[in-house]
Amino acid sequence: MHRTGELFGQFETMEQQRESASLGMWVFLSTEVLFFGGMFMTYTLNRSTYPDVFGEASRSINLTLGAVNTIVLIASSLTMAMSVWASQVGKKQLLTIFLILTLILGSVFLGIKGIEYHEKFVEHHVPGLNFSFEPGASVATNAHAQLFFSLYFAMTGLHALHMIIGAGLLIWLIGQSLKGRFTPEYSTPVDLIGLYWHFVDIVWIFLFPLLYLIDRH
Amino acid sequence: MSEHHIVSPKIYIAIFVALMVCTILTVYAATVDLNQYFSGLNIIVALVIATLKASLVVLFFMHGKYSPKRTQLVIVCSVFWLAIMLFMTMSDYVTRLWS
Repeated sequence: MHRTGELFGQFETMEQQRESASLGMWVFLSTEVLFFGGMFMTYTLNRSTYPDVFGEASRSINLTLGAVNTIVLIASSLTMAMSVWASQVGKKQLLTIFLILTLILGSVFLGIKGIEYHEKFVEHHVPGLNFSFEPGASVATNAHAQLFFSLYFAMTGLHALHMIIGAGLLIWLIGQSLKGRFTPEYSTPVDLIGLYWHFVDIVWIFLFPLLYLIDRH
Repeated sequence: MSEHHIVSPKIYIAIFVALMVCTILTVYAATVDLNQYFSGLNIIVALVIATLKASLVVLFFMHGKYSPKRTQLVIVCSVFWLAIMLFMTMSDYVTRLWS
């Protein structure tokens, strides 16, 4: 079934085949931009309507964990980019190592995210579950803070779901890489999953300042 | 058809360093009250830095700079559609209470 590195009938050259695959991936990522975009839209509207409560609620999130996670995720993007390079130059062992590093960094990110979620559960900051923002906060403040935390959990949750899917894809890639499937002529799965991984990184690059850094001064 | 472009690890590492610097910068900028100079300056600075970081990722990590024109068109379009959604929706909401 997997005729790896072969030129399919509908293409003229390997280059054209490769570019078509990455074009298809970019079209998929465009739909993802709009998928996340809807949430960013909701966020923009609510933050502009309730700026003060959003700032206050944002301050209650652990900035250190968020900043460390940003660094971890960007580092995983670097190792993913290095995987693509390793597959292009045919360094098979290095490819496997970089893919494993990417998977480890991705898992660290999810672990730190878990710690952060746990903090929010303990603080009663999860919307719906005995939510109480601050003792003595007014009904309106509580309601608007719930809006912020709903967006926080929806946006970081959807992002984390993408990370989990990405980790699954990486595990598959590592398996294929161990079998020596990827060569400089055929590295399409590495390229495409790389694009996906970087996209998820970009979403986080925007989530970090928007959720963690609203009003820190 | 262009040759399959291989980006060297040196460029990847340079981009990684730039992304780290931007991350530190954005955390630092958030701790300074920039709004006293110009209302909303804090969020503008945060978004400019985030956009710069995202551009570096798209151009180099995702090979946007070395992609064929039609791929670049798809990239630009996705940002454009997002802009339509944000701009049109917000221009509706912020003008609703005008009377």
